[in-house]
Amino acid sequence: MSSTVLFDVPGPRARIRYRAYAVVGIAAIAAFLGYVVWRFVDTGQFEGRKWSWFEYKQIQISLFEALGRTLSAFAVGAVLALLFGAVFAAARLSDHKWVSTPAAVVVELFRAIPLVIMMFFFYYGLPSTGIKLTAFTAVVLSLMLYNGSVLAEVFRAGINSLPKGQSEAAYALGMRKTQVMVLVLLPQALRAMLPTIISQLVVLLKDTALGFLITFEELLYWGRQIGGQLQFGRPLIPTMIVVASIYIGLCLLLTWFANYLEKRNRRNKKVIHLDEDKAKQIQLGEASTAAPAGGAAL
Amino acid sequence: MGVLTRNLDLFVHHFANTLKLFAVSGIASLLLGIFLAMLRVSPVPVFRGVGTLYVTVVRNTPLTLVFVFFVFAYPYLEIIKFEFFTAAVVALTLYTSAFVCEVVRSGINTVPIGQAEASRALGLTFTQMLGSIVLPQALRSVVPPMVSTFIALLKNTTVAAGFSVREAGAIRDALSELGEDTLTGMLWVAGIFVLLVMPLTYLQRVLEKRWSVAR
Repeated sequence: MSSTVLFDVPGPRARIRYRAYAVVGIAAIAAFLGYVVWRFVDTGQFEGRKWSWFEYKQIQISLFEALGRTLSAFAVGAVLALLFGAVFAAARLSDHKWVSTPAAVVVELFRAIPLVIMMFFFYYGLPSTGIKLTAFTAVVLSLMLYNGSVLAEVFRAGINSLPKGQSEAAYALGMRKTQVMVLVLLPQALRAMLPTIISQLVVLLKDTALGFLITFEELLYWGRQIGGQLQFGRPLIPTMIVVASIYIGLCLLLTWFANYLEKRNRRNKKVIHLDEDKAKQIQLGEASTAAPAGGAAL
Repeated sequence: MGVLTRNLDLFVHHFANTLKLFAVSGIASLLLGIFLAMLRVSPVPVFRGVGTLYVTVVRNTPLTLVFVFFVFAYPYLEIIKFEFFTAAVVALTLYTSAFVCEVVRSGINTVPIGQAEASRALGLTFTQMLGSIVLPQALRSVVPPMVSTFIALLKNTTVAAGFSVREAGAIRDALSELGEDTLTGMLWVAGIFVLLVMPLTYLQRVLEKRWSVAR
């Protein structure tokens, strides 16, 4: 056992003490879990009737349809957000003030407005001007604007934290501004920032559940609907368990992919390792908490 | 402008509730988050496991799902009845504390082990080491991302609008009942949120700039 910052390698007395803590801890956790399970059993959450909806083909199909809508909102939203992010990051890095200033304003603005408000705006607000959007479009548009703005900042931070020598060398070779950006800076920044980008996509996936609030019929909405059905004894807790495990499974899959890429990056010599301090800031602010500077922890 | 001035009471009332929700769940999630971080850095493997499990599960669950669980599903377990506001506080706290925990933990991890080893070699006790060596250094890297987490919390309070809490997100509902122009009303809501978030973002940038030099 190696020591951590706070605790030295335990000696014989400390080991006994730790063991005592562990026993107390296990007892407390077991008591808590026991209480929860007892509440579940007592209120009949594990009764066959509450889980019998699982046997109906119709409901199985509707589950997959709902999952499909969640995933398609995620896919479309992710692609649009990445494009939006790339465009606005490029605009913000532009040398022309008349391009970079509006881009900065847009990015800062959309990072500060809550996603729910944006969704309400698109779904309930816009129809009064004659523009009618479906719930799907409203969700995807909001996801694009919000996560796109966050990603724009991620891209920009990635490009800014590349060593200066990269762009200097490229200019010295006679490349033009666009060439430097597209051929030299962008590929390296993208590669280095890939784990951060993917953890932002996890946030985007979780945010699709906000569509619930504007009656977008995604996974959570499905769970609430099936969970309210009287003929199965209102199995809301069983459906919520199923829905939560699907969300957690999907997010973990993405997180695992991000970790895999990070590990591969670390081995790969082609990847330029970002300027320590800046990269750490980005990591601290964004990847490790999944809550970027503007605050995205939804 | 008309929508705002005509319904000023409504706006003030709802935003006051937003701020109340933010303050209460902010303090609660700070406490719970620090407790979880303590679990995650503790030398007892069981505690670490529990902390890690909690953070992994909660961070990968959508906030809306946490809300649905506490508002609609939790009453079926017949434990204690919550009001809508309390349910919102519980949901926001359980969710945000996982992020707070990660911020605190990664902050503690940025302190090099040598610092602690040196202080032990000097004979400092655990509390002395924590209070005068580790925490002052960890705080520098904790505060800026912590501000981010709180900005996210402030924005996340709007989710409560879908669950019968009369806060800023619910202004749309109230306006449309009064037959007011909801489009303009929501632009105002968005604008006020920008005004609320801006100072926090500014604070975060200042702290980040000032403290990153010293490390």
